[in-house]
Amino acid sequence: MADPMRIRAQAAGDKTTVRVLMGHEMETGQRKDSSGKLIPAWYIQQVTAQLNGKTVMTAQWGPAVSKNPFLQFVVKGGKAGDKVTVMWEDNKGDKRSDDATVS
Amino acid sequence: MQTRRDVLFHSAQVAALLAAAGMLPTLARAQAGAYNTAAFEAKTVADLVKALGASAPVESKDVTVTGPDIAENGAVVPVGASTSLPGVKRLLILVEKNPAVMAAMFELTDAVEANVATRVKMGQSSNVYAVAMMADGKMLFAQKEVKVTLGGCGG
Repeated sequence: MADPMRIRAQAAGDKTTVRVLMGHEMETGQRKDSSGKLIPAWYIQQVTAQLNGKTVMTAQWGPAVSKNPFLQFVVKGGKAGDKVTVMWEDNKGDKRSDDATVS
Repeated sequence: MQTRRDVLFHSAQVAALLAAAGMLPTLARAQAGAYNTAAFEAKTVADLVKALGASAPVESKDVTVTGPDIAENGAVVPVGASTSLPGVKRLLILVEKNPAVMAAMFELTDAVEANVATRVKMGQSSNVYAVAMMADGKMLFAQKEVKVTLGGCGG
């Protein structure tokens, strides 16, 4: 299991800005190791964001997203105490899901 | 004794079962947004548009792409895409000269604003595009040149 995500959700007015840092290698499949062999691609493909259990956004990523990806998005509505859930799945089928509370 | 007719009948049943068990989940997954491998493998913007089945993108002032003018480290380039237009279905972030053009595709719902930011890798100085796919199938884009001093795709 991968490292936990760091999620920060801050409500301001009628919007909630969510910032997520995920811990993932995001290997492109283009790099070579010291013996000249290609390092196989390993990256997050699908990301799902939920507010109080309802999906508000999904994303599909390619290997061009940076290592330890950062993601920021803005949810309409949302108030202190609401639950934000972010899930990802990589191309090896690994999954991770983490929650945060809106502050 | 098993006749030819029986065998055929059984294989038809098996096929039907397979269809019920195997095919339906595929359909369900497709609706939930299966990973669009073709789009992520597209090498040029034209290929990508074809893979997404969209019309040719048009430059628009209502779409904004944010990013640095010069990125010192191509492995971590902060890029954002946003638009003020209503009815955006998807936001794409493209890097023109990367091995695969599309870096990320965000599928939006009514509950989020059309404003996302992330960090991408860039192999070399290139144009970065933010593309908004509207509900009516129109593609609107904004572009910005980002110069990279150290590429993020090498070893």
